[in-house]
Amino acid sequence: MELTLWTYEGPPHVGAMRIASSMKDLHYVLHAPQGDTYADLLFTMIERRGKRPPVTYTTFQARDLGGDTAELVKRNIQEAVDRFKPKALLVGESCTAELIQDQPGALAKGMGFEIPIVNLELPAYSKKENWGASETFYQIIRNLLKEKSTNQSINPDRWKSLGRRPKVNILGATLLGFRCRDDVIEIQRILSEQGIDTNVVAPLGSSPDDILRITEAELNICLYPEIAESSCEWLKKNFGMEYTSIIPIGISNTINFLKDLHSKLDLPLLNQEELENKSKLPWYSKSVDSNYLTGKRVFIFGDGTHVISAAKVAKEELGFEVVGIGTYSREMARKVRSMAKELGLEALITNNYLEVEDAIKSSSPELVLGTQMERHSAKRLGIPCAVISTPMHVQDVPARYSPQMGWEGANVIFDDWVHPLMMGLEEHLIDMFKHDFEFVDGHQSHLGHTSMKSSLAFDDYKDLGKDISKEVNHISWTASGKEELSKVPFFVRGKVKSNTEKYAISKGIIEINDEIIYDAKAHFS
Amino acid sequence: MSPLELNKESGPREVFCGLTSIVWLHRRMPDAFFLVVGSRTCAHLIQSAAGVMIFAEPRFGTAILEEKDLAGLADANEELDRVVDKLIDRRPEIKTLFLVGSCPSEVIKLDLATVAERLSKKFIGKVRVVNYSGSGIETTFTQGEDGALKALIPLMKETNENQLLLVGTLANSVEDRFIKIFKKMGIEKVQSLPPRQSMDLPAIGKNTKVLLTQPYLSETIRSLQHKGCEIIYAPFPLGIEGSTKWFLAAAEAFKINAIKVHEILAPLTDRARKSLEVHKSILKGKKLFLLPESQLEIPLARFLHNELGMELIEVGTPYLNRDLMKTELDLLPQNTTIVEGQHVEKQLDRVRASSPDLVVCGMGLANPLEAEGIHTKWSIEMVFSPIHGIDQASDLAALFSKPLKRNEILSTKLLATN
Repeated sequence: MELTLWTYEGPPHVGAMRIASSMKDLHYVLHAPQGDTYADLLFTMIERRGKRPPVTYTTFQARDLGGDTAELVKRNIQEAVDRFKPKALLVGESCTAELIQDQPGALAKGMGFEIPIVNLELPAYSKKENWGASETFYQIIRNLLKEKSTNQSINPDRWKSLGRRPKVNILGATLLGFRCRDDVIEIQRILSEQGIDTNVVAPLGSSPDDILRITEAELNICLYPEIAESSCEWLKKNFGMEYTSIIPIGISNTINFLKDLHSKLDLPLLNQEELENKSKLPWYSKSVDSNYLTGKRVFIFGDGTHVISAAKVAKEELGFEVVGIGTYSREMARKVRSMAKELGLEALITNNYLEVEDAIKSSSPELVLGTQMERHSAKRLGIPCAVISTPMHVQDVPARYSPQMGWEGANVIFDDWVHPLMMGLEEHLIDMFKHDFEFVDGHQSHLGHTSMKSSLAFDDYKDLGKDISKEVNHISWTASGKEELSKVPFFVRGKVKSNTEKYAISKGIIEINDEIIYDAKAHFS
Repeated sequence: MSPLELNKESGPREVFCGLTSIVWLHRRMPDAFFLVVGSRTCAHLIQSAAGVMIFAEPRFGTAILEEKDLAGLADANEELDRVVDKLIDRRPEIKTLFLVGSCPSEVIKLDLATVAERLSKKFIGKVRVVNYSGSGIETTFTQGEDGALKALIPLMKETNENQLLLVGTLANSVEDRFIKIFKKMGIEKVQSLPPRQSMDLPAIGKNTKVLLTQPYLSETIRSLQHKGCEIIYAPFPLGIEGSTKWFLAAAEAFKINAIKVHEILAPLTDRARKSLEVHKSILKGKKLFLLPESQLEIPLARFLHNELGMELIEVGTPYLNRDLMKTELDLLPQNTTIVEGQHVEKQLDRVRASSPDLVVCGMGLANPLEAEGIHTKWSIEMVFSPIHGIDQASDLAALFSKPLKRNEILSTKLLATN
């Protein structure tokens, strides 16, 4: 058993629902008890969907368990097919149904339907949402396309001999995926500028008929490996379809993505030198106001794809210093670890948000890039935060066009990450004038991060140094010590305090005054 | 029995399970912790319903069953001990721990009663451990509260004192109001279950008269009867009519003159009638369809018809306890269609066919219905808002008039949905 107060990912059948709800002409019969319908509100409330997810819940009750739950399953399957007339049917179980082993998929296959039946086996006690989404997408593709499998390999440059523009599929975008709706639009725009046509976008907005057309394209763009990598691998193995795995988030990633795509298609990249100017991010980063961004300490946590991309953008395109990185995604742990290694860090792989909060505290960042949960943790710690990853919140489905990928995505990222911070000149002025009597302490941020007052009461930040609090109980701070500490910028104050205390312990000092702070500073520098 | 049309329906449902009631129970008793023994689905359900992220650390959580727990049940006890030790170590302020059974824990027949008993002994003098089931295979939404309250009854001491016991979670402000009115009536000792702190459980006995504030507490009532308490049957205190009859029923049980009650309530009633007028002007003659969710549907239908003039198309309820609901059913207009249980697809067909002006439904259905041009009110708001009593009658009415008013403000012609 695992004590969980909050979880980054739902169960795997919610992942399956994300695929089913993203698609058209598809229905999902879910063998599940009453209550599992809560998942509908993720779509109708968070995504503000005006449609119910295409899911029928068998709604078995305790009194059914003694009797024939298989009959109940079959009745629901029959009713769903009659009512919704899907072109393909997904059949699966939630956690409780998995225990009673009715095998609804096998039951459905025995009912003599003409439509394809996709049997989903999603182990609810070992796997999670993204895995469930990935497995469901893979099973749909496999079930619908396995008959078409041939020995002939799809050559990425066959468009030339077919006498048309190259065609690609964009795979992996789903509902409840981070900014997927707009990423797909952005990528399609970029492709069309390059003379490349989009064949199928899936699962978002696609139907089983579209899935059958996937092999009409030359190659696949794996936009979100969490969802689409296993499908892309299968298509490569069975149809020889190549796929791109560079995630086009940030300028250099977008350019590398295009280079990779063009080289695979054997299509010249004609406007290469223009690409850097497609987004405002490079110039905004270079402009003098962004002086203050250089070296900002940033902590990054979220799903694999967005964390890895964010680390690269933060370090190379904004000049931040990445001081912590991690993911809740076990499937992406290996990739995140290798990114961490490049940065000289150790990746935090956990589903426990309290561990993430502790890691944020101990790395004293000036900006957190995380999920909605890190936004809340950061708020409690008085640190600015921008959200870069699922799990989704109603705020992550903005009314405006707001991709993360491509040129416009880079613009959005610059604004979203920089606006929670103080503006450069503003910070400079505040630093110059903070001793003037007119200056009201606490108004540093134009966005009202008021908890980062520089003159916090001594007690307000003692929890920042909690980790060593047990050993330092006998240490006291003199008035001069406290005063000096209050002059230290809030975001490193916790670190300075704990370092000074560590230093004091090592020297057997029991009273910390201003001089000891400077001694400690010299010692650790 | 009034000539009502009582139908039963079964099929796929769109109703929360009993775990959801943790969302308001934990707020009522800040010294309690609710530990669901269940799956990742249970954890995800509660956090989706409760907006968990706003808490630094919520007072509820899930011991998520993993494959190794299912493979061999032998260590389930050890596992729970380990999880509970960890929890109590981290949260020393917890005084009562509810172990809450779920669908998977029920199916694998995890005996939480024995675990609770053992842990209670282990933490004696520190934390009390009780258990109940909030599983979807046995309970809907508000029935979770029924289970939680029933689980507390064995911990309640005995008293022969003459007293009134209000049963069912109330907003604190409403509870204060009620106690003040009962005191004016001459009922000095008024207790509440659940209390505001889990350690302040009232004592009960044969001179305890029980008045329900919520309609979904069948099991709790049965247990209180077994303990010798007297149950006062009354309509529920929603709206002027229900609240007045509720106070009168209490007065009768305590042999207090009804005239005195009317005198006390008269200024409240006058005030409330006036404030209902504005809502009545919006709601009168409008057609209402209630989908099943909280078991509050029947009292709400009675209020919205009798006091605000709405027409009732269909009143859904997840479960109908005819004894507890008799006084309410008697107040409904003739030929009201009541449907117990649900087949969500067939019910939605009836919704569309009857073109209602307002549908009371769960959050999973609200936006899809709005997108079809059907106006909705989320039923979940009823269990989170202070809606009980005469003073709240207009606030309760406002929950229903607002969606219609909103519709007038926003031009539907401009609205397009995905």
